[in-house]
Amino acid sequence: MTFSFTSSMIMAVLPEILLLLLGIIVLIVDLLLKEEKRRNLGWLTAGGLLTILIVSLLVARPSEAELVWGGMVRYDGMGFFFKMLFIFAAAMTSLFMMDHKALGHRGEAYLLLLASTLGMSLMASASDIIMLYLAIETTSIPLYILAGFMTGDDRSTEAGFKYLLFGALTSTVMLYGLSLLYGFSGGVTNIYEIGELVASGALAPLLVAGVAMLILVGIGFKVSIFPFHFWAPDVYDGSPTPISGFLSTASKAAGFAILLRLFLVAFPQISLSWSLLLAVMATLAMTLGNLVAMAQTNIKRLLAYSSIAHAGYAMIGLVAVSELGTTSTIFYLMAYILTNLAAFGIVAAVSHVTGSDEIKDYSGLSRRSPGLALAMLVAFLSLAGMPPFGGFVAKVFVFAAAMEANLVWLVVVGVLNSIVGVFYYLTVLKYVYLYRMEDEDEEKHPIPLSLSYAIALTVLSIGILLVGTLFAPWFGFSGAAAIALF
Amino acid sequence: MAFPILSVIVFTPIIAGMIILMMPGERKTEIRMVALAAAAFDLILSVWLYFAYDITAAGYQFQEMHSWLPSFGIGYHLGVDGISTPLILLTGVVMFTGVIVSQSISDRPREFFAFLFILATGVFGVFASLDLFLLFFFYEIAVFPMYLLISIWGWVKTREYAAMKLTLYLFIGSVIALIGALAMYWASGAHSFDLLVLEKAHFSTAFQNTWFMPVFMGFAILGAIFPFHNWSPDGHVAAPTAVSMFHAGVLMKLGAFAALRVGIMLMPQGAIYWKWVILGLAAVNIVYGAFIAMVQTDLKYVIGFSSVSHMGLVMIGFATLTRSGLIGSTVQMFSHGIMTALFFASVGMIYNQTHTREISRLGGFVKVMPFTAIAFIIGALVSMGMPGFSGFVAEFPIFMGLWQTAPIIAILSVISIIVTAAYMLLVIRRVFFGEMPEEFAGRMNDVSVMDKVALGLISILMVGIGLFPSLMVPMVSSGVDHILALLG
Repeated sequence: MTFSFTSSMIMAVLPEILLLLLGIIVLIVDLLLKEEKRRNLGWLTAGGLLTILIVSLLVARPSEAELVWGGMVRYDGMGFFFKMLFIFAAAMTSLFMMDHKALGHRGEAYLLLLASTLGMSLMASASDIIMLYLAIETTSIPLYILAGFMTGDDRSTEAGFKYLLFGALTSTVMLYGLSLLYGFSGGVTNIYEIGELVASGALAPLLVAGVAMLILVGIGFKVSIFPFHFWAPDVYDGSPTPISGFLSTASKAAGFAILLRLFLVAFPQISLSWSLLLAVMATLAMTLGNLVAMAQTNIKRLLAYSSIAHAGYAMIGLVAVSELGTTSTIFYLMAYILTNLAAFGIVAAVSHVTGSDEIKDYSGLSRRSPGLALAMLVAFLSLAGMPPFGGFVAKVFVFAAAMEANLVWLVVVGVLNSIVGVFYYLTVLKYVYLYRMEDEDEEKHPIPLSLSYAIALTVLSIGILLVGTLFAPWFGFSGAAAIALF
Repeated sequence: MAFPILSVIVFTPIIAGMIILMMPGERKTEIRMVALAAAAFDLILSVWLYFAYDITAAGYQFQEMHSWLPSFGIGYHLGVDGISTPLILLTGVVMFTGVIVSQSISDRPREFFAFLFILATGVFGVFASLDLFLLFFFYEIAVFPMYLLISIWGWVKTREYAAMKLTLYLFIGSVIALIGALAMYWASGAHSFDLLVLEKAHFSTAFQNTWFMPVFMGFAILGAIFPFHNWSPDGHVAAPTAVSMFHAGVLMKLGAFAALRVGIMLMPQGAIYWKWVILGLAAVNIVYGAFIAMVQTDLKYVIGFSSVSHMGLVMIGFATLTRSGLIGSTVQMFSHGIMTALFFASVGMIYNQTHTREISRLGGFVKVMPFTAIAFIIGALVSMGMPGFSGFVAEFPIFMGLWQTAPIIAILSVISIIVTAAYMLLVIRRVFFGEMPEEFAGRMNDVSVMDKVALGLISILMVGIGLFPSLMVPMVSSGVDHILALLG
């Protein structure tokens, strides 16, 4: 392969280059700022990420899909769309981090967030199994550290360590699968070329199916789908709340990005062998996630189980193995990222004042902070799948895709599960709106919102509403991303 | 482009709700004024719409069509016909009177009116939708505020239980119907959610026979069809007055209306196939509801179960699939809507002062609140189907249609009229006449002028339609003609 340098090579990784630059800037400014001023690094990070988002949208939008950097990276609409989502999620997360007592004034926390976002961006566009693995590790290692960032807190340390152990184990299994794939294919590492080999029948379907299962272990861990979900509740619970939010949204979506690319590009020929398996996994993830979420008393654990269930819903679109299915999964992830970031942001804002994540301590929230309660209403109803919020249309689209593929049973499972979901999301809202604090003097215990929380939650709430009402452009972007995959 | 009257009607409440949410919570008087103004505005528009509807032209009028998600066949398509126009007027009336009787709400009125208005937008939206996706969109919007309204402002003893039960029942119904809707979307091959397109889709008989029941029953749960009715009385009892009015007056019509528009109109063959099942279930509603209402001791439960019985009449009229049955059912939706709104408003006025709804502890209120008593009696006469009142205009054609289809069921169902008369007269005697218990003597006041306006408005409508059926029947009839054409 002759190496020739083209401008699209730079454009393909422009967001990554800018992320790296921003990381360096954050590191330098961190040294220059005094301890008490370091909170402002959050503004710098969020502003920088927003700039990257705008610059990328202006100059780096892909037109024709093309493999660059020796086939390591594919410059296409799908990767680009996910990159923008990750950068947006990171910007919101950095705003939520600013008031966190362990993260807010630590420059390295923002740097690790950026490093992880860089890894996710590469995951979204990686088209080579080597690149894929490197990207996953680049994403994961900063997150292991961030999960255990509160070194004085046993639960956080435990979360970091648990996340590391589970992550290391599953990524080893995945690496094993990838190396087998490398062996079977005779050294071909590019996902698209592997796809052609599978299609031509050069690789035995049974071998490929086995390899796909091994790889699924690693990806299943990232998207926390059944049966690779065990880490999620403990890790979300112990991690600093903004990081839990980031883990449950961007990191999960990144897992879905490689899942879509790998399974729909490399293994579509054998879709019969994995679609049923994924359907069963989705069923169990939804059922288990929702049923166990009902029993939770801690809001972070509740959201953790609900995020397992949501991985199941998003998976429905993939199981349909169609253009609409892929579109609906991508759309679902977008709506879910907005919604769950808002949910975790609210949890962070509340626990910043009350110091508690117990659901019962949300009693009287609507009197203590009507605005925050309203944001919570928006986020939780969107999670429950109620219009006019994003969660409703997202669910309708995945169900529609499944109906198109004649998966009526899966849709029935999905809607039954969403009823269970409605139950526990409303139960939380009951605490917020109905119950009162013990001494009924909510006026004396307001929950002030700092500017960063207010901005982020407003942006997210408006986003949830926009995706839920004016969904045509978003659906168009998701559809373009889905088509660009092939 | 013509004035988008339907969009204005649909979105006025939610915009008013957002304005109210942005006002400071302690300015309660201003909040109430904004709410009242918005409700009055919507009432005026819906009255205007009612009289502007061209009966001779019939069909879907005031249509508004904008693309929403063209690649998926979802459009923002509004329009009304002879069936939905009266229901929009009904919603306007119930919203206006509901806001009037809610003036006494003092716990977080800002949130109360905001949620109530979100609900109103959902209800208006369903009645005006000509797109299946849009219909579901508004349908769900109408469901979730109920949870908050009941659980926050409801009757302390049962509100949490009743609110959750109601929400889950309705949500289950709507998602089951949603599956059916998606099945229709793919089976039609037209890649469109537009109801006018789907009407002409001519689904295969096997498809209709399979999917009619999920869709019809899914919606009919909100119409409290037996055996999925018992969320409804619980919900009525737990809800605050205005929400009971909305719930019984409008929301239950929402279920019946959607069952008609999506179930019967899109899958007429399925309706013919399953009509005996629906006739049977609805007959149980009518008779069983009336008998259960008779033995209740709580005034609100009496009205709640009478609603179950009356909604059975709506469903049974649909299931006759005859001209007179369908006309009767639609008029019944309107008549029952304003009638229960009046009942719940009166009960709320009594409860506000007595803090009890136990019939045995009440009595003699005609002396202190004569206006309420008269209105309640007019409502009772409507409920019994007395000639000269709107109930007769509704029930008579229903039984005519039923007699044509199933004489035996007609005979059985007629029992309910006698039972209804019995419990209604009993309630009137016990609550409004006789001796006033000592604990209330001298402590009771007459209702406010605004309350009288609300009761008077509804009473005039009930008598007006009873005396001049031509105000409503020709319009409804024009809508029914279209359904009969679909039935072939």
